[in-house]
This record gives sequence, structure tokens and C-alpha cells, in this order.
Amino acid sequence: MSQPATGTETPSGDSEATPRARRSNELIMLVFATVIVTAALVMVEVSQQTRLTPQILYYGGAFLGLFAAAHFAVRRWAPYSDPLILPLVALINGLGLVIIHRVDLGNIKDPPYGWSGPAAPSQVFYTALALVLFALVLKFVSDHRTLAMYSYICGLVGLVALALPAILPGFIAPTINGAKLWLRVGPLSIQPAEPAKILLMIFFAAFLVSKRELFTTAGRRFLGIDFPRARDLAPVLVAWALSIGIVVLERDLGTSLLFFGIVLVMIYIATERAIWIGIGLSLFAGGCVLAYSIFGHVQERVDSWLNPLTSGSGGQLRSALFGLASGGIGGTGLGQGSPTLVPYAATDFILTSFGEELGLIGLMALFLLYLLLVMRGLRSALAVRDSFGKLLGGGLSFALLLQLFVIAGGVTGLIPLTGLVTPFMAAGGSSLLANYILIALLLRISDAARRPQTPSKPKPKQAPIAEAHTELVERPR
Amino acid sequence: MSELVIQLARAGFLALLWLFVLAALRVVRSDLHSASGLRAPGIGVSVPGAGKNKKTPSKQPKSKTKSPRQLVVTHGALAGTRISLDGMPISLGRADDSTLVLDDDYASTRHARLALRGTDWYVEDLGSTNGTYLDRTKVTGSTKVPLGVPIRIGKTVIELRS
Repeated sequence: MSQPATGTETPSGDSEATPRARRSNELIMLVFATVIVTAALVMVEVSQQTRLTPQILYYGGAFLGLFAAAHFAVRRWAPYSDPLILPLVALINGLGLVIIHRVDLGNIKDPPYGWSGPAAPSQVFYTALALVLFALVLKFVSDHRTLAMYSYICGLVGLVALALPAILPGFIAPTINGAKLWLRVGPLSIQPAEPAKILLMIFFAAFLVSKRELFTTAGRRFLGIDFPRARDLAPVLVAWALSIGIVVLERDLGTSLLFFGIVLVMIYIATERAIWIGIGLSLFAGGCVLAYSIFGHVQERVDSWLNPLTSGSGGQLRSALFGLASGGIGGTGLGQGSPTLVPYAATDFILTSFGEELGLIGLMALFLLYLLLVMRGLRSALAVRDSFGKLLGGGLSFALLLQLFVIAGGVTGLIPLTGLVTPFMAAGGSSLLANYILIALLLRISDAARRPQTPSKPKPKQAPIAEAHTELVERPR
Repeated sequence: MSELVIQLARAGFLALLWLFVLAALRVVRSDLHSASGLRAPGIGVSVPGAGKNKKTPSKQPKSKTKSPRQLVVTHGALAGTRISLDGMPISLGRADDSTLVLDDDYASTRHARLALRGTDWYVEDLGSTNGTYLDRTKVTGSTKVPLGVPIRIGKTVIELRS
């Protein structure tokens, strides 16, 4: 790995044509993000009538320090990676921290029933921990292709982690809010599905690269569409069964939807055949109908989605919608709404809290930040030169987008509400850690994609073939 | 705190948020022109014409025929990949250090090589098992590659574009 000497490493001074690592851009954008986050914190503190102390500047400084450290880790270990990914994540994460803090302030004034104390300090701790993890992944995964070698281990560990909460007894894996998704280890509760998501993506990318042929073999042609052969459906069916299993055993619709969506999209990226999406969606529709007819909690969700104002279980969605409505176009201003009226205002409904105080304008800006993040990830996947990197990058980026879609669609009443974590924003350690690992892998892939090719060994200039002497060469493998 | 200041701060913050989005878009835009990160800095081998090709032809319209500026994979597993040409030879094959790593059952480890001679690119088969085809003809020896003519290697098809 080449080591940048200083500032912008423009390799040969040819400023526009050569790819620039643009690490300085990254630093500038990080400073900009810090300014925004600090401004948000100041506004929250002012409007909540707490005394303004220079402490706020320390918070801002600490935030900048954390991400500057991450920035230098990127500079050191992934010098050519995309300059936008880290600042976007930093801003989203920072805004999330401010909103969590703001909800904490509201809760301190008027503690709701069963409130477990402020969530912001632990979230700050997890952010720091996540950034350490981020740096470690960048350091130790020096080439994303090495991950493909461990694909089956990743797949196995991922599967076990996913199944663990369902299998283990209730005192380790308690049922919280109807879902059996957590593992309780001492004071910590871990959501093993989050890291499992990444592990399974690594496995699936490697699997698809080696078995790509299988998915492109055409089977029977029917109604003008080439259907794949029945036996090639097995991986999709396994993924489908797995998702159904999650719904049944862990009672979590969001995770199940996420897994199935990722598998489908990765098959689609690998094969470019829309029929797989068609097959997947029909399987998904079948699963939905099945789940709806069997499980009470699914029916409840659908009912509160269709009739949020009248249904008995629609209280959460109802208050979320009213929260968003009271924000309107411009929002109430940071710290001046009442997001705590919505349950889970710092976790599942953090987008509602954000939308209430910053309005549609702010929420759209936030969505654009996410969109840019996903776009940069997909672009890296497009530019990288090996199939495994392409698939993994595409899958990772899409996973972020799907998570955001499911939760944003849920809280705005577009689709039935399922408890998925808003990436980088919502309070919750496991998901933050996992998503930072995801970002580290994306940066690794984009580093591979954008690194200028240096000739590995300067080859001696070959004589034209007609003049060349006969020589003994190694037989190409 | 007066109401006016609060309202101004509210609007100002939203403006700041959008400014960040715009700044991010600027970075994206400045990045658009490089097809991917594959332009090698002109170190080591000095290939004639490398310097010329580095700049966009719009700035130097001296050659009448457009010189190829990028290599595009049109079919196969890597379809959509673009590599900017800057005079460095491009190696194709399954080997990890190839410029374009072909993940193709019909490709050899070191399958073929594209190199610039003068202003033209030449493709050369490196003794591959299944051969390299320029359009329909099998490549033997060093063959000139015109713009937009497909080069087939196994299931992968690439072509040069300006």
C-alpha cells in the first residue's frame, strides 16, 4: 500500500486528469459536518433553556477529534478511498446524537413511564467504540478479496448469530417489545442480527461469484420469459425459508425483510436477470399472505398501517404522523417541538423526531445525505475491478438503503411499520457498530476501486514479435 | 432569546444543512470526470503519447481521428466497468495483478495485453488457451484495435471508446 506523504496526494501534479485521493476534501467536509452538529447542539440547548456553557464547544471539539482520528485512519490505511463517505456518515451520526440528546432533555423534564435514563451518553460511547472498530477493520482487512476466502466461515457464523436469540432460553434472549432479537450479556444487550447481516453478505457475495453460472443458466421458457431451472431456485428458497423463520421465531418483520431483500438484490446484481426479482417478490408476497393469516402481530401491524387513526394498535404510528404534521414544511425548530410525545422517539421513531423539529425541508436534506452515501457506495462497487468486490459493495450499499426505506416508509405510513434501525441515527449500539464495519468495508472497496494502477513490476520493453528470439517461456496456467 | 433570533437560527440551520448537501454534490461533480481510479500516474515506463492522452481531446483537437480514451466492458461479468486509457499497457486475465481481472472460465491467467504504439492501440494474445477475438477474427500477433470494435475474451467483450 502506498503511503501518502502530505496533504492532497496528487501523484504527478496533473491536477484534473489524474485521480486525486481528495483526502483534504474529506477533512474539510468533516469540519463542515462538525460545525453543523455543534450548531444543532447549541440550538437545542438554547431553546431548552439550559444555560449555554463553553462545554458545548468541548463536545463539538470531541466530535471533531473522534472523526479526525477516523479520518487519519482512512488516510493511513485506505488513502484512495471515497472522500465523501466518512463526512456523510459523520453528519448523519452527529445529527442522530443531537436528536437523541434532545429527546433525553424532553424526557428529563417529563419522564415517561418506564424510562431507563438518558440514551445519549451511551450512544456517544458506542460511536467512539464503533470508530475504533472502523479503524481496526481498515487496518486488518487490507484487501477486501481476502474476505472471500473466509466466506463459508462467515456464512456459518452469521447464520448461528442470526439464529442464536431464537434458540437460546428467555433469560439470555429476552423478548422485548414482542421481538426475540436480543442477547443479554450482563448489562449489555446485543442484537446479533446486525453483525450477522454483514457476515452473510460476505458469504453470499463469494457464493454468487463462484456459482454465478448456476443463476444464469436458462431453464424453461414460458410466457416469453426465461425461467431459471427449478433446482437453481434452491438458494432463493433457502433465503426465503430463513426470512420466514425469523418472522416466526424472532417475531421481527424488519430483519426478515432486510435479509430477503439483500439476497434478492445481490442475485440481481450478479445475474442482471429481472426474473429473479420477479420470483423473489412473488415468494415474498406469498410469505406476506402466509404471515398475515397466521400471526396475530402481523395482522395488528397491517391494521395500524391501514387505519392509523382508528385502530387500537395504531397509537405509535398515529402520534408519529401527528408529530410530522406539526413540524410541517419548515419544522418547529430544533428543541422546540415535542418529540417525546411519540413513543421510542430516540430509536424507532427518530426520523419522526427529526422531521418534527426540522420539517420536510430538513428531512429531505437528511434523505439526500443517505442517498449520496448509498450512491458513493454503489459507485465504488461499479468501479472496483473484481466481481466479489462489486457484489459485496453493491450489497452493502443496498443494505443501507433498504434499512432506511423500511423504517422511513414505516414511520410515515407508506408501508407497515417494522422495527428496523435507522442507520447511524437511532440509539442502539449493535447497529451502530455493525454499520461502521459496513462503512469500513465500503471504504476498503472504494480504495481498491480508486487506487491508481502502478505497474507491479516494470517490464523490460519487448521487442516486436518478428524480431524476438526464440526463448523458453513458462506455460501459462 | 428573542423570537426573531430563534426564527433566523431555524432557517439558518436548514440552510446550513442544504449547503452541506450542495458541498457534497460539488465533490461528486469534481469526481465525475474520472471514469474510475485507474489512470496510472506516468511513472516509470515512458510510453510515447502517454502525455498527450492524459489531457482531454477537447483541449487538443490536433489528431483528426479521435484517440481512444477509455476501455469499456460491454458484456460479461464485469459489464459496465470503464478503465481510462493513459498510455500504460493494459493486461487482461485472471491473474490478480491484471488491470482488468477477468473472472471468466474461458480466460487464461495472462490472457491478452493492450498496448499503445504511437497513437494506436494494439491487442496481443499472450498464448491464451481459448484465444482472443477482435470482432470475428482470432488475434494472432499484434493487431491494431480500431475504436468501437469488440474484443472478445471468453464471455467478456470489451471495446475502446473515445
